[in-house]
Amino acid sequence: MGFINSLKESLGSWIDRIFKKKRAKIGLYGPPNAGKTTLANRILHDWSEGESLGVASPIPHETRRAMRKEGVVIHANGSSIELDIVDTPGMATKVDFKEFMAFGLTEAESKKRAKEATEGVIEAIKWLDDLDGVLLVMDSTEDPYTQVNVVVIGNMEARKLPLLIVANKMDLPNASPARIKAAFPQHAMVQISALEGSNIDNLYQAIAAHFG
Amino acid sequence: MDLISGEKLEKMTSMEKIRLILDKVKNGKIVVLECGLTSDEEVRLIEMTMTEIRVDEFSGIEIESYPSKKEGSFLDKIFGRTLKGRMTVIGPANQLRTIEKDKYQISTKVSVGD
Repeated sequence: MGFINSLKESLGSWIDRIFKKKRAKIGLYGPPNAGKTTLANRILHDWSEGESLGVASPIPHETRRAMRKEGVVIHANGSSIELDIVDTPGMATKVDFKEFMAFGLTEAESKKRAKEATEGVIEAIKWLDDLDGVLLVMDSTEDPYTQVNVVVIGNMEARKLPLLIVANKMDLPNASPARIKAAFPQHAMVQISALEGSNIDNLYQAIAAHFG
Repeated sequence: MDLISGEKLEKMTSMEKIRLILDKVKNGKIVVLECGLTSDEEVRLIEMTMTEIRVDEFSGIEIESYPSKKEGSFLDKIFGRTLKGRMTVIGPANQLRTIEKDKYQISTKVSVGD
């Protein structure tokens, strides 16, 4: 069975390559506060008449429901690709309401946010079953060896789905994309600032190459 | 702290492993898995953890393992063999803190009676 399954997967992969699939449903994944929503908004701003998908905030778990935008057409590398973009809630292994109180939220607000955040993590996990690829957004100023990053990468590898690492927050002085590259050398990485839009064209080219 | 052998884990289903880990961690234990979990089991563990988080009781888990090794060989792919998980440490989020982690070493701090 293993041989037959492997043969089927290889054949499917070759057919995709030959006919160059031009539509893909991609998920934006990463830990809370990595800049997923800022990046989703940047992509929509550039390719979907300035729309936005959600609100970005310094308080973790601002996005607690997955948001989807269909039919975003990106032109790069002399061709175009139509994307369904899914901005997912930040993935985490723990959610402590006291963390939100440190940002000035009341206890009641913090507890409500914590409950919704746990639901959001589950929703993000469920979406993994329904995607063609993932943009894994990492904060370049943070340690890349988080379990969330390890788990998302491991899952994409197991599913044999394309993954592109986005080293975000390059506008910050202590950003270190080299640390991310050293942690996950087997995967392509593009360094950007979603906030400022710097190097964003390189990301679009990489998206077209990876998911097109 | 409980160190669970690879042999024991091999005999368990994914759900049994996840239940075992969560029950121990919720009781304040640190669990070290010799062979770790598959990436799918890890994601299911996170999912189940989220359903069991309770204010002032259980805020989640700290879980650490190494990034996956390179892809398996051509023969592994032909025969559908998947890579085994790597050594993994899991504990209550309020007791286990990761200090430093890289490709080769995980440094953690365990606090008692948070």
